[in-house]
This record gives sequence, C-alpha cells and structure tokens, in this order.
Amino acid sequence: MNRVAFAALLSHWRHRPLQLATLILGIALATALWSGVQAINAEARASYTRAASILEQNGLAQLLARDGNPIPITVFAKLRRAGWNVSPVIEGDYRFGPARIRLIGIDPLTMPTEGRAIAMSSSPDVVTFIGGQGLLVVSPATAARLKDLTSVPVKVSGDIPDDAAFTDISVADRLLEKGGALSRIVIGPSQRPGLPALADVAPELALQSAGDRPDMARLTDSFHLNLTAFGFLAFVVGLFIVYSATGLSFEQRRATFRTLRSVGISLRSLTAMLIAETLLFAFIAGLFGVVIGYFLASALLPGVAATLSGLYGASVPGSLSLRPEWWLAGMAMALAGTMLSSVQSLWQVRHMPILAAAQPRAWARASAMALRLQSLLGVALLMVAAALAFGGSGLLSGFAVLGSLLLGAALLLPAFLSGALQLAESRSRKAMTVWFWADTRLQLPGLSLALMALLLALAANVGVGTMVSSFRLTFLGWLDQRLAAELYITARSEAEAARLREWLPQHSNAVLPIWNTEGKVLGEQMQIFGVADDRTYRDHWPLLMGTPDVWGQVEKGEGALVNEQLWRSRHIRTGQTITLPEGWAVKVAGVYSDYGNPKGQVIVGLDALVRRYPTIAKLRYGIRVDPSAAPALKREIAEAFGLPDSNIIEQASLKRRSQAVFEQTFAVTGALNVLTLAVAGFAMFTSLLTLSGSRLPQLAPVWAMGVRRRDLAVLEVVRTLALWLATFLVAIPVGLALAWVLLAIVNVEAFGWRLPMMIFPADWLRLAAVALLAALASVFIPVRRLAIVNPADLLRVFANER
Amino acid sequence: MLLSLSKITKSYQSAEGPVQVLKGVDLDLMPAESVALTGESGSGKSTLLHLAGGLDRPDTGAIFMNGRDVGTLDDNGRARYRRSEVGLVFQQFNLIPSLDVAANISFHARLADRFDLEWERELIDRLGLEPLLRRYPEQLSGGQQQRVAIGRTLAARPPLVLADEPTGNLDETTADAVLDLMLSLTQNAGCALLLVTHSTRLADKLDRKVLLRGGRIVA
Repeated sequence: MNRVAFAALLSHWRHRPLQLATLILGIALATALWSGVQAINAEARASYTRAASILEQNGLAQLLARDGNPIPITVFAKLRRAGWNVSPVIEGDYRFGPARIRLIGIDPLTMPTEGRAIAMSSSPDVVTFIGGQGLLVVSPATAARLKDLTSVPVKVSGDIPDDAAFTDISVADRLLEKGGALSRIVIGPSQRPGLPALADVAPELALQSAGDRPDMARLTDSFHLNLTAFGFLAFVVGLFIVYSATGLSFEQRRATFRTLRSVGISLRSLTAMLIAETLLFAFIAGLFGVVIGYFLASALLPGVAATLSGLYGASVPGSLSLRPEWWLAGMAMALAGTMLSSVQSLWQVRHMPILAAAQPRAWARASAMALRLQSLLGVALLMVAAALAFGGSGLLSGFAVLGSLLLGAALLLPAFLSGALQLAESRSRKAMTVWFWADTRLQLPGLSLALMALLLALAANVGVGTMVSSFRLTFLGWLDQRLAAELYITARSEAEAARLREWLPQHSNAVLPIWNTEGKVLGEQMQIFGVADDRTYRDHWPLLMGTPDVWGQVEKGEGALVNEQLWRSRHIRTGQTITLPEGWAVKVAGVYSDYGNPKGQVIVGLDALVRRYPTIAKLRYGIRVDPSAAPALKREIAEAFGLPDSNIIEQASLKRRSQAVFEQTFAVTGALNVLTLAVAGFAMFTSLLTLSGSRLPQLAPVWAMGVRRRDLAVLEVVRTLALWLATFLVAIPVGLALAWVLLAIVNVEAFGWRLPMMIFPADWLRLAAVALLAALASVFIPVRRLAIVNPADLLRVFANER
Repeated sequence: MLLSLSKITKSYQSAEGPVQVLKGVDLDLMPAESVALTGESGSGKSTLLHLAGGLDRPDTGAIFMNGRDVGTLDDNGRARYRRSEVGLVFQQFNLIPSLDVAANISFHARLADRFDLEWERELIDRLGLEPLLRRYPEQLSGGQQQRVAIGRTLAARPPLVLADEPTGNLDETTADAVLDLMLSLTQNAGCALLLVTHSTRLADKLDRKVLLRGGRIVA
C-alpha cells in the first residue's frame, strides 16, 4: 500500500516537469558552488600538507633556536655526542638569476627516510647527491625555470613541490653563505633509551612537535575562509530556490495528502514518504551538483593557484584530483541543505488537520504577522552586526558581522518593498496605476525569497566590487610610490654586483641598493630591508604614520620602519623598541603600507643593516634615471655586463606584472560573484515561472474589462523591472556597508592591512546593466507565455460551463 | 437594437475531437431590456455570453453592437469594446484580489473614463457596501463579493451588462436579493442585461426568457 501511495506522491512531478527541473537544478547549483569551493580548498590544503611534509619534514619533531637565530654547528655536535639521533638542515631562499628558489640542504646520511623526500636506496644515489658539484633535486617545472641558470647539476623528481630544491647540506651552506650555521635540526623517530634531556643538552633550542599545522596552511587560512564564505553565500542563495520549489510542491499536494490520509496512510508514513522523496531528489541533484562542482573547481583552480602563489608564495598544482572527502562533503551538504529547506513544509504537513482545505499558495502568502516577525528578526540581526562591528574582534567576528548584515538586510527587504509599494499605490490616481502597484504587492510574498536572494547577490557584488576597486586604486597609487626606481637590476654574483656599484653611479641619477636579510622579529620570521638615504624614499615611500624626523632616525640606524601588518598584529606604537636578530634594538619610527604581503616586514638604514649583518647578499639595485633614458640605460647595462634581459627589469614591466598578480588575485572572487548573481537570476526566473501559473485568475478579470494581453505582458515586465530596481537600490547601501566591513574589519583581521574605502558609481551602473539583462532574461519566458496566452485559457477562469 | 447576434456558430477542440457548442444562434437585445438565457449544462449559454462580451470570437456569424460589427474586431478592438460597451458579472465574482472594495468598484469606471463619484456613492449605498470599502476580496463572503462585482460593473454604466450565473454560488434568499438589486440598478442606469441562469424562478424576474438547447435557441 505504501508503495502505491509513494507512487501517487511522486506522480505529482510527472505533470510538473519544469518544477522538478527547478528543484533539481536548485539543489545542484547550490551543491556545485559549495563543493566547487571546497574542492579548491581541499586541493590547496592537501598541497600545503604535502609541501610541509616534504620541504619542512613536519612529519618529524624538530629543534629550532629559541631566539630565532641560526643554530651554531656546535650545538648539533653536542646533541650527537649526547647520543641523540638528529639531522641538520640548512635552508633559505636563493636567487638563480631571476628565479628565486627555496634551497633545502639536508644530510642524507643522518636524515631519517621520512625526511628525505627522495628515494636514495643505493650508495651511488647518495654519492651523486653529496659528491662533486652536488645535485639540485627539483620538480619538472622548477627544472625548466633553472635551465641555463646554474652550474649545479639538476635532477628531476615528481615528488618535490615547485620553486624548491633539495640539495646536500654542504651545497646549501655554500650557496646561502651560512658559514655552517644550521636553520633547524630534525629529530629521528627512533631514539636510544636513557638519553639526557634536550633541555639539558641544548637549552637554547625549542622543540617543535611532529605534525604541527604547516605554516602555509595557517598563513592562507583567511584566504580559504574568504572562499568558503563566498561558497556558502552562493549555497544559501541556491537553497532559496530549493525552499521555494519544495514549499510549492507541498502546497500543491495538500489535497493529495488529505486523500492519502483519509484512505488510511498514517501521518508517520506520509511524513516518511515525503522525507524519502526529498532525500531521493537531494541525492540525485547532489550527484549532479558535485560533478558540476568538480568542473567548476577545475576551471577556477588555476586562478586560485596563481592567487595563492601571488599572495603567499604558496605552490598549489593547477589541476584537481578527485578527493573522496569533498565528494562526501558535497553530498552531505546537498542532503542537509535540502532537508533544511524542506523542514518547514514537513512540519506543516505533520501539523495539518486531516480535513484541512487545500489553500493554493498559502505557503507564499506571508501574513502580516509573519512579515512583522521577519522584519523584527532583520532589525535584531542588523543590531547584532553593528554591535559586533564596533565591539567584536577577530576574523570570525568579522564574518559574523557580514552574515548578520546580509541576512538582516535580506529579511527586512520584503517589508521595505511592501511599504514602498503601498506608498506608490496611495500616491497613484489612475486605475491601472493603482492596480499595478496593488497587484505588485500581491506578488511580493511569492517573489520575496527570490528578491532576497537577489539582494544578497547584488549586495555581494556591490560590496566586493567596491572593496576590489578601492583596493585596486590604492594599490596602483601605492605601486607608483613604491616602485619609484626606473630600473631594477639583479646581479648574478657578488663580484658582478661590486662592479655594478662602481659603474652605475656614473650612468644614473641614483643607485638604491635593495638588500635584505631574514630573521625573527617579535617571534615571527620576516624580512628586514635596508634603505639608502635618498630623496626617493623621503618623497615616495608610502608612510601611514611616523615621527617628525622619521627618515633621519632610519638613516642614523636609530629608528626602524615596520609595515602595517606587523604594526597591527603586534599593536606596535611609534617610539616602541623592537629587537631585530642578533639583539639589535631599534625604535619604531614609522609605519608604512605594504599591500599584498602576508608577513611582517622591517626597514632600517642601509648602512646600519650592512654593519649589523655584513654577510647579506648585495645583488639587487633600483636605479633612478630620467624615465626616457631608462631603455637606453638598460641596453647599455646589458652590453657592458652581459646581464640577461630577465635580470634588468623596467619599472613599467614590474608594475604590469604586479597589476597582473593583483587582477588574478580577485579573478576567483569575481567569478564567484558572477555565479552567485546567476543563481539569484535563476531563483527569480523560477519564482516568476511558478507565479505565472497562478497569474491567470488574477489577470483574467482585468483582461475582461478591456486591457489587452499585450499591455498586461508589458506591465509584467515593468513589474519585474520595478522590483529588481527597488532591490538594486537597497543593495547599494547594503553593499557599501558590506564593503566597509570587508575593508575595515575582515581585511584587517585576515591580511593585516586597512584600505581607504572609495565609491565607484560607474561600477554600479555596470552591475545594474548586468542585473537588468538578468531580469529581462528571467521574465522573458513567463511574459511570453502571458502575451500569447490563448483567450480560451483566460475564459476558463470565468467559465462554469460551455 | 442594442445587440444583435446572427447565425453564430462556435466549436471547441476536446480530447475526443471538435465539439460544436453553438450551431447557428440568433439573438437580439433592445436597449435597457433584460433577457434571461437559460438551458441545461453544456447547452452553450456561457459561450454565447463570452462571444457577446467580446471575450471570444465566433467561428461564423455576426455580432452587432449598436449597429457595429464587433465579431470581427481584432484583439485591440475587442479590448476597447469590453472596456467601454460591456460590463461582465461572473459566478466566481472574479474580483481583483490586490485591490480593496472601493478600488474594485471604481476600477472599470476609471478604465472606461466614466467615473462618476455621485453614481458610485449611490451604488455603494444601494449595495450596502459602505462598511466594507477598505476590505479586500478574500475578507468578504460570497454574497458580499458578488455585490462588489455588480457594483464594479454598474459603476461604469455600460450599455450592456452580461452576467454569467451571478447568483450560482449564493443561497436562495441571498440570490433573490442580489438579483433584485441588480435588476433595479441596471434599470436605473439604463443598461441592458443578458443573464445566464439555470433557475426558472430567477429567469421569470426578467423581461424575456431565451432557452438554449443543443447549441440552438429553441424558445
């Protein structure tokens, strides 16, 4: 009997294929956007873990210097003598011409197998690795980059991440000029019993347990959280479609439910059947969604990989592998999301009296009380958003502000639109105009979910667009300031650099060395740059704040500049003393903006830097010259020193490259924005299509009183456009508030910098044009249906008989 | 002559094939005359009313309104005809759900550019709709809705009122009261009335009765 009843329930969909397609597509789209984003995140995280396990041996416990300085070789010797099974590592970034490669120098004889990354099963392998000129083991892509750039033999291994090279510790020591100082010490997994405690043998070292989360994973957390937030927004917008479609199907089948119950199907069986039906659709649509999500992620991943590389230097492969965890997560979201969207309808069925009359579209007819409650909830959420914005802290709080703001605004939208339509109606005089506004208000409950979805999508577009455009303008201005030199040169060796230092002053207006070292400041590994005393810096360097004689203090080696990220994360004040590596205490004289850099950075006077760290590489220089003379000077340098093109970069080319990285960074966000808008457009289309089915009884009397079908169709278009326009107008302030939250809260928490907010009305017009096209597309089919509706169909509304 | 229908035929497609509903109907209506159109279910009463009201077109035959052929009008012409020369009252009331009672009543008159405040007040008064003016159709009983529908039609003072079983959904007492009121008001407004009804009792209240059977007028 239950099988027959279930078949009767399912037969509903046979007569409503479009509604079924809407439901399936809604679930599939929501799942696709969510699982696509999750696939990208899973791929990236797997890549960080793999890189960390190979490059940082983070599957093994390690010892690091407590003060962040290199570890003297004597400490390693002490540990070995005490019986500890340990292995030394020297690592650092090394420039092979224009290619910056992370060198990891290991001792293959003492390094446990888990930390070697490459198989060295026989003596010849080990001999090749440590013997002769040494060996750089790199990925195929890195091998291609290093072609003709190094005399050290290169061996390709598919296991090594890009932009990294494994080599013998002696080769790394030589190239990085570490003088035997170690970066870290790896502890073997098996140790002899009864060893003296590490704290006694080497108290200057700190133990880092095996399996700690990779630095890159921590560093990129905020980026992935951003992606997840966008994926979730698109998912929620998609669920609006599901909610609308399931609600309608339940309402349409009220009579069927009543009949089934009156023929002896228990409420429990009926509910179980409806849940089974919902799960069946969720499962089928979820599968579609995950497959679409896979292709979506495959399309977006190269962009994400480029972003991660540009922003964080993280290497993520541009291709996607099939991971069971996100397949399962995608399916789980599809099932959970669909059930969540159906729970209200299921609850209503559970509480429906057996003799309840069918009330077509009662589900959509929001009562005044429900609208009031919804509005109150909206106001409460906006208050929560405001309270968190001004009182909360942390990235999660930032996202809570975003969520409350968007949801609160969406919940308030129907009440706002209803009020506006009521006002328009009361101000109208002509019968058709009064009817038009009143009829639009009647459609509002049926369209409000779609309009709320549209508001979310439009506000996200306005908000993120404002954030990106503000960022772009600030970033370009900042690039102009920061990339003041006309040429940037990288010498291939210290000897060549010394010759350049002699040659360049006679051929340019100024030579600005770009020298730096790396070390721990306030417990964080970062770069410390030296700047020469030159007007270029005083005139151009983008300072956010500083003491009156900031450049004088820097020049004298008494003051340092810190970047905004370090200033914000460590709550540094100007005048505060910070300790640089090797105990160099300097006062913070100013703060500069440093967009695109996820880490802290310090700038000190060049002379002081060289005095404190005499072994730093002195290979890079910025050259000030008359801009028109830059190309000629570039040719001259190339001829005089035989420097390849890639070692002499013009300012314009560097700016182009930086801008390309910038644009790439937001390409994925842009794509997700467009997709969210597309889903909202689809939600609107399905709602209009659904409503068009119940429009005839509302329109037929007006038609009967002498209004043409064509005019009614035109009014339907105008109605849709009016609602879109009203929603768009609401989306602008909501979007601007969203932009403010992104710029003033989320970005500061996630990336460590705050940007000035700028307004770009031209962007809104562009978005309005796109939204208008989407509105017209969404209304096209329903209106075409109405314009060519057979008069017989309209007559059927009146006809009791023929 | 206000309305003249001549040799009207009309057929519909059904699952079993074409069904001829009207098989050559002739009917004339004088100004301010009230005619009851009676017949069994399926005899073609509503179809005839729809053709007279310009809601549909006959397959063959002519429909003249004040001497003008309205049967051959295009969509725009028929829309104008419905707006200015005809008033329709249906069994299902077919009020505009988004408008309140007051707006529903004045809607057609305003569309036809014949809004007359005094006449509308009189109608509201006679129909007893004063306390209901701010209500919406869903808040009214069947009888109240039908009174609003009559008010809406008569407010426009159309030369011809076409009513399709206007009391079909009402109980006998209410039906009598509504029809009496309707007759009195149409007379007052100088409108002709063509009323479809199953009820002989109600049909007797009108000037003339026409019986439709098998798609033909038989009496």
